[in-house]
Amino acid sequence: MIQSPQKLLQIENLVLHFKTSQGVVQAVDSVDFDLDTNRAVVILGESGCGKSSLARAMLRLLPRNVDTYTGRVYLQGEDVMSYGEEEFRQNVRWVGMSLVPQAAMNALNPVIRVGDQVAEPAMIHLGINKQEAMVLVRRMFQHVGVSDDFISRYPFELSGGMRQRVALAMALVTSPGLIILDEPTSALDLLTQANIMNVLKRIKHELGTSFILITHDIATSSELADEVAVMYAGQIVETGQARDFFPAPLHPYAQMLMASVPRLRSESAPMFITGQPPSLIDLPKGCRFAARCPFRFEKCDEEPQMFGKNGRSVKCWLYK
Amino acid sequence: MSASHTQQPTLLAISNLHVWYELRRFGFGHAGYVKAVDGVSFQLSEGETVAVVGESGCGKSSLMKTILGLNIPTSGEVIFDGVNLSGLKGNGLRDYRFKIGYVQQDPYGALPPFMNVQKILEEPLIISGVKSREERLARIHKVMSEVKMHPVDDFLSKFPHMLSGGQQQRIVIARAMLREPKLIVADEPVSMLDASVRVEILKLMSALQEAHGLSVIYITHDLSTVKYFSARIFVMYAGNLIEKAETRRLLENPLHPYTLALLAATSDPDARNAETFKEVPPGEPPSLVNPPKGCRFHPRCAKAIAGLCDEKEPTEFQPEPNHFVACWLYQP
Repeated sequence: MIQSPQKLLQIENLVLHFKTSQGVVQAVDSVDFDLDTNRAVVILGESGCGKSSLARAMLRLLPRNVDTYTGRVYLQGEDVMSYGEEEFRQNVRWVGMSLVPQAAMNALNPVIRVGDQVAEPAMIHLGINKQEAMVLVRRMFQHVGVSDDFISRYPFELSGGMRQRVALAMALVTSPGLIILDEPTSALDLLTQANIMNVLKRIKHELGTSFILITHDIATSSELADEVAVMYAGQIVETGQARDFFPAPLHPYAQMLMASVPRLRSESAPMFITGQPPSLIDLPKGCRFAARCPFRFEKCDEEPQMFGKNGRSVKCWLYK
Repeated sequence: MSASHTQQPTLLAISNLHVWYELRRFGFGHAGYVKAVDGVSFQLSEGETVAVVGESGCGKSSLMKTILGLNIPTSGEVIFDGVNLSGLKGNGLRDYRFKIGYVQQDPYGALPPFMNVQKILEEPLIISGVKSREERLARIHKVMSEVKMHPVDDFLSKFPHMLSGGQQQRIVIARAMLREPKLIVADEPVSMLDASVRVEILKLMSALQEAHGLSVIYITHDLSTVKYFSARIFVMYAGNLIEKAETRRLLENPLHPYTLALLAATSDPDARNAETFKEVPPGEPPSLVNPPKGCRFHPRCAKAIAGLCDEKEPTEFQPEPNHFVACWLYQP
């Protein structure tokens, strides 16, 4: 594994709150994490925990109703949060990191040939002409396993799995160091999912790209993960290496989430977590998981910090 | 878990069912058929649970819609509770549909957004002729407490968007249970839900199945949930059921190469997964307009026998008791 002295991505105290008629939604609340070159981190969490908002906050793809947007994002040591809008568009999006949004395969333009769609970000961001871009497109199609004949087809002529590969090729064509994938396999069939995960693994080996994989599918995420970050109610509650996390998660929420996964190769019956996550508008004081936690004690009325041990960190008083 | 399928009387018998959709060119003129279901046969006993596993486009939805009485079989027979679906029209067809509950995949899409929970649950009762308002409310209260929506009165006035995904799915299940059906058809009932809620809903459906002795057809692509819920598994590929077995046997001793591929592609959370590539059969499922000659899986199958698999469609073999597989490799 290539380890650069400098982190590829460092996020410090990132906050993203939205204004709504009911109040302020604290979608992302002081999130910290970092990522090395050629590594993949999985951000695990249930719907509504703020994981997609985290992706949007990193790429500064914000809706109009932003209430608070603060924190630091360093990409290859550069503080990109201090960039102006135009500078950010030119130097960060696509070139530094690109996003494969949720259901990207359905977001392709239906009236433009897929090859032309993939070429567009390359022409705009790398300043090259159509011929040069098409050379790149061919190379990317090879990486994602789409045959050359598909270049001049329209999205409706491709299957879901093929369209997802095209969306991935589009994110890759500007050769960013980091790709953020938001639920890349959730709408796909089992065998297609396995295929896409194989493609991602191959790209990671061949191109040295880093990945942030945002998903609620724990089993599939283990196919790519080097590191895991578990998100609950807008905060990251546990981080660690995949090889430590998957056999024995530490945070009670992470433990219960893992126990809820039905397993093909084990006899243990899955459990479920009672109750619901708190509303992001009206968050409880103290630990946000306390109301559902079987290990709750007096201390949990205060908000825990991240407690670290052996390269793992947990936001839980049990590990003080 | 349900009783063995040998003791109970048969509830649903499907024999040699074909569901074909006609393709037309420019709105008229015949242009072939989409053979969505092509020669499916099976029997389901009272109180039995069975899972139909297959990828999108394999015909499982067409099979399901035919069982629900929403599609007309092109040929073959569907006999439910002693009634043959093919001969039904008008009120007969309506009564047939009333006897089967349907749990949809996407609970938000399945619940009308402009109706509150009480209206949603009252409407099927009004349509099936329950005249007394008291009786309707009593039945609504009964199903609501069965799906554990407590306190019932608080939820009755809510609209679907005010409920969480798990609660919406409970309402969908309550609606399916309202007319006391003998059979529930559940189309990927948990695929849209969060991991922590999925198990809760599957356990709820299991409890209802046991309490009422229901038969359940559970349609899914997720093999890891099947063993907690179904006594038997049918694997479907390109319009055919290619393997039928008791769940435990199928998971311990899968026979058809496609079943093996599905099982290999199912991950369990394990950090070692990241170190290896998954083996996936090449290509994609065939077009159902022009399926390949012989075995429909042969172009993707590593074990295909030249001259046999690409020529003759395999018949069903039984290598062990109650384990059926449509594959030439198991020809005795």
